[in-house]
Amino acid sequence: MRYHTPSTFEDAARLAAEASGITRFLAGGTDVLVQMRAGAVIPDDLIDLKKIPGVSEIAQTEEGGWRIGIAVPGARLGAHAGLCADWPGVVEGMELVGSTQVQGRATLTGNLCNGSPAADSVPGLVAAGATVEISGPSGLRSAPVEDIPAGPGKTTLQPGEVISAILLPPRGTAGGDAYQRFIPRTEMDIAVVGCAISLTLDGNSIASARVALGAVAPTVLLVPEAAAAITGTTLDDDALAALTTAVEAACTPISDKRGTAEFRTEVAGVLARRVAKIAYARAKGAEA
Amino acid sequence: MAKDEFTEFKLVGTRPDRPDGLDKVTGRARYGADMSMPGMLWAAVVRSPHAHARILRIDTSKAEALEGVKAVVTRADFPEGLTGEEWNLQENTIAGDKALYDGHAVAAVAATSALLAQDAARLIEVDYEVLPHVIDVDDAIKPDAPAIRPGAADATVPEGMPANVVRYIDFGHGDVDAGFAEADLVMERSYKTEATHQGYIEPHACVGQLGADGKGEMWVCTQGQWYIRKMCADVLGLETAQLRVTPSEIGGGFGGKTTIFMEPLSLALSRKAGGRPVKLVMTRSEVLRATGPTASASMDVKIGMTKDGTITAARAEFRMQGGAFPGAPVDMALYCAFAPYKLKNVHHIGYDVLANRPKCAAYRAPGSPMGAFAVESLVDEMSRELGLDPLDVRLTNGVREGDRASYGPTFGSIGLIETLEATKAHPNLLVPLGPNQGRGIAAGYWFNHSGETSVSMAISEDGSAQVSVGTPDIGGSRASIALMVAETLGIPYEDVRVNVVETGSLGVNEPTHGSRATFASGKAAVVATGQAIKEMCRRAAAEWGIDEDAVEWVNGAAQPAGPNAGKFPPLTIREIAGKMGETGGPISGHHEGLPEGVGASFGCHVVDVEVDPETGHTTILRYLVVQDAGRAIHPSYVEGQYQGGAVQGIGWALNEEYIYGEDGRLQNAIFLDYRVPVASDLPMIDTVIVEVPNPGHPFGVRGVGETGITPPLPAIANAIQDATGLRMTHLPMTPPKVLAALKAAGRG
Ligand SMILES: Cc1cc2nc3c(=O)[nH]c(=O)nc-3n(C[C@H](O)[C@H](O)[C@H](O)COP(=O)(O)OP(=O)(O)OC[C@H]3O[C@@H](n4cnc5c(N)ncnc54)[C@H](O)[C@@H]3O)c2cc1C
Repeated sequence: MRYHTPSTFEDAARLAAEASGITRFLAGGTDVLVQMRAGAVIPDDLIDLKKIPGVSEIAQTEEGGWRIGIAVPGARLGAHAGLCADWPGVVEGMELVGSTQVQGRATLTGNLCNGSPAADSVPGLVAAGATVEISGPSGLRSAPVEDIPAGPGKTTLQPGEVISAILLPPRGTAGGDAYQRFIPRTEMDIAVVGCAISLTLDGNSIASARVALGAVAPTVLLVPEAAAAITGTTLDDDALAALTTAVEAACTPISDKRGTAEFRTEVAGVLARRVAKIAYARAKGAEA
Repeated sequence: MAKDEFTEFKLVGTRPDRPDGLDKVTGRARYGADMSMPGMLWAAVVRSPHAHARILRIDTSKAEALEGVKAVVTRADFPEGLTGEEWNLQENTIAGDKALYDGHAVAAVAATSALLAQDAARLIEVDYEVLPHVIDVDDAIKPDAPAIRPGAADATVPEGMPANVVRYIDFGHGDVDAGFAEADLVMERSYKTEATHQGYIEPHACVGQLGADGKGEMWVCTQGQWYIRKMCADVLGLETAQLRVTPSEIGGGFGGKTTIFMEPLSLALSRKAGGRPVKLVMTRSEVLRATGPTASASMDVKIGMTKDGTITAARAEFRMQGGAFPGAPVDMALYCAFAPYKLKNVHHIGYDVLANRPKCAAYRAPGSPMGAFAVESLVDEMSRELGLDPLDVRLTNGVREGDRASYGPTFGSIGLIETLEATKAHPNLLVPLGPNQGRGIAAGYWFNHSGETSVSMAISEDGSAQVSVGTPDIGGSRASIALMVAETLGIPYEDVRVNVVETGSLGVNEPTHGSRATFASGKAAVVATGQAIKEMCRRAAAEWGIDEDAVEWVNGAAQPAGPNAGKFPPLTIREIAGKMGETGGPISGHHEGLPEGVGASFGCHVVDVEVDPETGHTTILRYLVVQDAGRAIHPSYVEGQYQGGAVQGIGWALNEEYIYGEDGRLQNAIFLDYRVPVASDLPMIDTVIVEVPNPGHPFGVRGVGETGITPPLPAIANAIQDATGLRMTHLPMTPPKVLAALKAAGRG
């Protein structure tokens, strides 16, 4: 195994493009190192991105959104007042990852690129309308977060492509987001179902919404039908019922040791209702 | 009987820090994997990926050719001709003709590093002919199930039974049919529990060393060093006394470390590698796949009750699989199932059934939790049906001293009624419940055990004392034994050091199992201490020139026993010990035997739950353990046992289970998916120590380690019924199962 410590994303991308065997980037390492120690994935090239300047920073963009470095660990997100005020749903998704120890290392980017359908921070990012900045052989490009996962353990990133930042749009006024997952225990577990919703209000009525589901399909899903079901409503019982129907219709889960397909579908609807209410309350100004 | 009534003790009943505490919290304590030796090799094991397969060929040549590889062993390196349990142990250590479960060891390799050993293990080629397999106990008992080991049945199995039935049990008393005829309500139900693992935090680990001369040593994480010694010697054809086994500190065992799994492999590898020590440490996945979980059970229970709650008759038929070997604890399950009840008419039937799963090991009150789940669930359901308080029903039928136990013997001094009364008086029962919340209660029982015990103690030159015991300290037994010895000697607790010693130091000791360490080693230590005291009195008598019988031992000193004995100032233990070289040499005591007077322990648990009607998720809101300890030598460690038992039971009830795929492979061999409770899942577990002293122990001790895991399974099922109206009869009661049941009932 070759271990690299590039100091720019261009170098990182070049190293990855030139590598022929199994290649992994090292952000927090809470997936990569665990997989290595279990003998599941032993990379030929391990490209550590943490030596690249700026990767551990959280910065406000000119438009009022946020640029999050690829090595920012969950614990830092949770301690960042501005980010927590704007995007509590994104932060709470990331904060559910692992334990205190894991939080000191694990990153949003790693969670996204590990490609798990159950990744806890990804629905929040998708609901928020986050994008990623990608460095690659042909320079920089940008893509919506929902376009990155391609299936369990797979992404749409091309060989030689590396994510250089995560970008959250400006929250604006009267917006709120939230994430919840279902696990049989209370922590240290993998989401059986996850749901994130971000919405904006016009008075009491929902002006726009994005609904994302985790662990009910091969990738995290953005469900426009579910968003449509609550847009223009005040989240009354009819809207919640329509949301449930749209969410259940979008689910194509598997039955496995973590839960049956019926259970996942049913609970996706339950979580969507609960999460929508929290996001709505937050948009109304409730504390996260 | 409340604890405060006892004031005659200075130390017993107090809560000093455990002597092993500092080492454990600072990381100095040496566990199994901490042992390393010069010239040591590392081992790795090749395991079957198939649930049932004939082993056609094992090619070790590529592994042997790898530089750094010093030895490879297969079954061919083990002696032939073993029978009975010795053969079972050998077969489980390393497969012979067939691999019998996913994870069954097939070969092992020792190399100069752990990584090399793992690489070499991957180079060992095994050709398998995959055979049909069977996992579930109800499938395994079918007449057309794949026969796992034809001829394994013992003499108890009547002619014509299905091939995988290896033991049949049938006992009882009275006339159950007549009893059912007297009942106002007769109910019959079937229940299932899934296999669970003891889940000890420390994986199995050992360093083994064996020379061509048959002399060897082993350092190992175990509950019983003599068992390890005997079993390794049997499996390898060694002379037992030539093997010396030293136990490490132990990071949990719960019964799972009373036997061998991979230990003989390290010795066999060492012998082949010219006697270099070989270290073998299991991964968590190996622990889950290849070390003893408990049995899974399928159970039918029928009970008859009169309107006032009197049980008129009871019948149980239990089927259990304990893996591909005989030994599912179906007998224990049946003995304990109705133990809290005084029954005129009772009939038990049991089947021990083979399945393609790992060989089960003891797990905290082996069998009793399953039996309790079935019986206590049904008693609860019938109490509800008749509109009776479930605690009152247990009081109505509860066994007392002199009653005939459901499994035959007559109970001596027991504390079930006191336990039930203490439960009834507890404030937790008065807490009002909200919507979707429910309360469940259940009782439980464990016999407790004594067994082969050998203990030595000696007084040091400065009057401090050392005690050598053979029972590894899992739950605080060193602290408890030190308290009892210090109390007996009349010296401070801190002046007694209790050592858990290796096999060369004492006669044979059974492991720390059956909740026996504080009872049996404790009792033997007190007897041995009495001998040392007698000797010190004798030396004082000699110094004073008076009769030995005229000296008594009070507060750590010899003194004349009354005015007629003479007027001498007391001689302290320190003074006597300081002169031992001139007064006759070492002062010590030793006791061995099978300590009599085991005291059984009953418990009663009360749990409050809340069930989320939309997700089926159960939250434990409140949990109370009430149990008879006989006497709590160190109440904190007694409470720890109660709490630990309850927590393991909560895991078993709600989420823990062995999940197999269609291919017979274990699907959840990691702690992510084998879901033991985490701290945030649990409320503080409330405890009440009931003390009905055991007359068979100098301080009244009953074992306390096991009873605590028996009531949680039914108590939680009973609470879920109270919260939802649903009777869950198949563990674990996971959210998907509870939600499906809610929907089937038109709720949720
Ligand atoms: C004990 C424990 C508990 C956990 N609990 C949870 C949980 O509750 N929920 C959950 O979702 N996850 C959980 N995880 C998984 C893991 O912690 C998360 O997925 C984490 O967010 C991964 O981030 P990382 O920075 O550690 O990624 P790494 O391990 O460094 O990398 C993960 C993957 O991302 C790729 N990658 C990293 N950076 C980039 C980049 N800049 N561009 C392209 N690809 C990149 C790597 O090649 C690798 O494939 C847990 C892990 C552990 C060990």
